[in-house]
Amino acid sequence: MAISRRKFLGSLGAAVGATTTGSLTKAYGAANKHFNGYPGSSGVLHDITKCIGCRKCEQACNKVNDLPQPEKPFEDLSILDKKRRTQAEEYTVVNQFSAREKIFVKKQCNHCLEPACASACFVKAFKKTPAGPVVYDESLCVGCRYCMVACPFEVPAYEYDKVLTPRVTKCTMCAPRLEEGKLPGCVEACPREALIFGDRKELLKIAKSKIQKYPDQYIDHVYGEHEMGGTSWLYLSGQPFESIGMREDLGTTSAPELTAGPLSAVPIVVGLWPVLLTGVYAISKRKDKIAKEEKEDALQAARVQANEDMNKKLEEQREKMTKEKTAAINFEVKKALEEAAKEKEKEAEAGEVEDSEEKGKQEE
Amino acid sequence: MDLDNQIPENKKFTVFNVVVGIILVGGLVLTILRFTKGLGTVTNLDNNNPWGIWIGFDLLCGVALAAGGYVTSAACYIFGLKRFHSAVRPAILTAFLGYALVVLALHYDVGQPWRLPYPIFYSPGTSSLLFEVGLCVFLYLTVLFIEFSPAAMEWLGLKKLRNWVVKLTLLLTIFGVILSTLHQSSLGALFMIAPSKLHPLWYSSYLPIYFFISSMFAGMSMVIFEGSLAHRHLKYKMDETHLKESTGVALGFAKAASLVMMGYACIKIVGLSIDSNWHYLATGWGLWFLLELVGFVLFPAILYAMGSREKNLMFIRLASIWTVLGIVLNRLNISVVAFNWHLPSAERYYPSFMEIGTSVFIVTLGIVVYRFIATRMPILHEHPDYKAH
Repeated sequence: MAISRRKFLGSLGAAVGATTTGSLTKAYGAANKHFNGYPGSSGVLHDITKCIGCRKCEQACNKVNDLPQPEKPFEDLSILDKKRRTQAEEYTVVNQFSAREKIFVKKQCNHCLEPACASACFVKAFKKTPAGPVVYDESLCVGCRYCMVACPFEVPAYEYDKVLTPRVTKCTMCAPRLEEGKLPGCVEACPREALIFGDRKELLKIAKSKIQKYPDQYIDHVYGEHEMGGTSWLYLSGQPFESIGMREDLGTTSAPELTAGPLSAVPIVVGLWPVLLTGVYAISKRKDKIAKEEKEDALQAARVQANEDMNKKLEEQREKMTKEKTAAINFEVKKALEEAAKEKEKEAEAGEVEDSEEKGKQEE
Repeated sequence: MDLDNQIPENKKFTVFNVVVGIILVGGLVLTILRFTKGLGTVTNLDNNNPWGIWIGFDLLCGVALAAGGYVTSAACYIFGLKRFHSAVRPAILTAFLGYALVVLALHYDVGQPWRLPYPIFYSPGTSSLLFEVGLCVFLYLTVLFIEFSPAAMEWLGLKKLRNWVVKLTLLLTIFGVILSTLHQSSLGALFMIAPSKLHPLWYSSYLPIYFFISSMFAGMSMVIFEGSLAHRHLKYKMDETHLKESTGVALGFAKAASLVMMGYACIKIVGLSIDSNWHYLATGWGLWFLLELVGFVLFPAILYAMGSREKNLMFIRLASIWTVLGIVLNRLNISVVAFNWHLPSAERYYPSFMEIGTSVFIVTLGIVVYRFIATRMPILHEHPDYKAH
């Protein structure tokens, strides 16, 4: 099958090309560190100076998300006396701050450009959609609540009282309604222009032009432009944000960047540790081996030394014994000789007597 | 002499057994409550304080104090300190039980525990440090199970399988050190995502390194501490080698822990200087920080040093308990005490009695299982058929 061979080679080339260019694009993407949000993604501009604290947004949120009715009706504004945060059944709350005049601030998920919750989630239950909303998939959630630890705005809430299917809940920026071409519930319900929905880039322009036009009405800061890497919700205020319950010490580093360092250590540890540890093992093993060899050498040397000493001693002993033996023999010989000599002397004396006796006999 | 399965005829109603029995029954009740009424009934957790002592104590302290497994096996098998050999098995057993209990405790804490395999097998969120922790704990629990299994196999008489598994020792040890390095440090790195919530004295870009380094002396101290407990209650299970080596293990680990703790104190001060946090020391939080660093790191470090120089086991045992308490203090400070320090006291978290009860239940369960295994399997002595000495 000649054709299929050619086809095969062709597709192989295409595959190689695709992977190469693919990786090149990825590398380029990774080099481009600053993520300024998906192009054309939506957001909401909250002009705090325009908010009158009517809680219409809370009511609309409750309705479009099918949340249970609260104990006190939304018309009851006495609830504003207490500072509130988002709860499992309240995706948005309006808080009241009293400076010279009453100031009302709406609080809900800020839909970060690089969300801490999505970065922290170990099952990818949170996702930043290209349209703007940060959405949650309850079918994946294990319920570890690390997203709640991670969120710098203290937004996600948990259904602690549900036994089998507790979920993390938060504002969805009405993602399902956006898909239908509708406005988020709260924006639609706002009777003033305190909430404006639109392309985030356009909203930024609007916010900045407002600041420029009315410098005495607004603080020169668009909250959410850079906070924690930027958020889809943007805020304009006439009072310092810190004084109306919005933290100004969050910095501009996005959550994923905060944990990028330790995550990047993983491959290095996995790559380096086996080499180092095997090396340590090899060194300790070699040390043991050398110690063993040295011990054996020392033993051998000791053995040789001992042998030599023994031989030397034996030699000395032998010499000594030989000497003693010789001495003993000499002594014995000497003794024998002496004895023999004595004997001879005696014999000689006796002979002399006999001789003289014989001489005497002869003389007679 | 076969020390296995020699369980002395004890009276059933000893103080120990009665107390343990009450705790276990109480734990059972709490377990039923937790899984029929939900987290809201049993815990004091709320939307501002999503993590309580089930994470701060059961997970963070549990993992840190189970570090004796990798420390001891690395000392013996990688660094070639053969005199630690008789300490390896009890340390591996404790580590295995420690991690198993951490995973058990997580089943109480997460909302839908039957989904705990999701991060590994179904939808891995690789950008999360918690994913790294989960994956490493899962893998390391497996490694510890295999490392522990020869003891059970010797007990059950599975000779061939046992001899085959023992051949994996070095590989498993190296794998265990890698996994421990990763997840011990990642537990600290978990909090790096929340600089706005953790007090600056505890928040540091060195958090992962602090957690890893402190896990070393946490592990060594636990080995010493457990050793002294086992000496008191399970001495009849120890063979001559174990008894002979145990003093050396305590002295060796005391010296090592002392050095590592001094180093740890130094890098804590480096972190303090790099973030220029000195001015916080003059506040109440600063005093609390100094209590942790001086009272529960430097003081036991010196006690260890004196103990190892004078060969004083009393000092060493005291230092080991002190160090363990210091680790608990440090982990609770980071996860509970200094976390959300900016909130008004009315919005702060205090554990409920039921949360504390559940943690006590889980620790007790660990002690009971340890005793069950150590009285039956060759943990504190060698099996006569498999002598290494």
